[in-house]
Amino acid sequence: MNRGTDGVFFLTGKDFTNAGSASSNLKGILEKMGIPPEIIRRASIAAFEAEMNTIIYAVAGMMHYSITPEVIKVILQDMGPGIPDINQAMQEGYSTAPDYIREMGFGSGMGLPNIKKNADKLTITSAVGEGTTLEFLIYLESVSQTS
Amino acid sequence: MTLGEIRDILDALVLTHRVDMSRDIWRAYCADLMSDVLAFSVTQSLLITGLTNAQVIRTADVADIRAIVFVQNKRPDIETIAMAESKDIPLLATGLSMFDTCGRLYEKGLRSQHGRIL
Repeated sequence: MNRGTDGVFFLTGKDFTNAGSASSNLKGILEKMGIPPEIIRRASIAAFEAEMNTIIYAVAGMMHYSITPEVIKVILQDMGPGIPDINQAMQEGYSTAPDYIREMGFGSGMGLPNIKKNADKLTITSAVGEGTTLEFLIYLESVSQTS
Repeated sequence: MTLGEIRDILDALVLTHRVDMSRDIWRAYCADLMSDVLAFSVTQSLLITGLTNAQVIRTADVADIRAIVFVQNKRPDIETIAMAESKDIPLLATGLSMFDTCGRLYEKGLRSQHGRIL
């Protein structure tokens, strides 16, 4: 694997045609870097869940990623409604998604818990009426073995 | 079990071009809820679903789904099929119900997790 890389994808709210393409691109980058498939799967699923949240709820957002030999870091910043109660939002099954989102197969209140499950570390900060920043880390094998 | 065997068991039509029908499938997961696929499916599964939108392909891509079967004669649109081809995810369509699709595959030895070829 090479030394590392970083970058950013721009996300547009309600753009369901391209929803998921940032995570898909991130997956391609991780594959090219030779990251183990099971770690790629965890990172891609966590990124996709977070990307869908941004598309569903926010006007716009950005997905930043940085990959080093030690850690995959993904940050999603959005201009959205914000989350009034993060603990409540973290509960499995809690969702405020409208019906048309559920008809697409999402919005069942599993997204944030699933990000937590797949990531080694998850941090969410949110301000109602301003937006949400979600950051997750996935440590690469070389680190988890030594720490 | 190979993808070709799955096609035969389900009397399914292959919707994508240039498909390697000898591709091995070890496990299956069945849902219309993509959130569940993301949370509970295991890697390299066959996905059985009645949902045909583009998000199914995106979900399958990030969840490392090996192939998708659409039940009850449901068909995705041409853009969705093209997206699946670009991501090397074969698509099959069967006229069977979801229950019968799962039942037939289970009977032939496919399992949700840790399944082995029988």
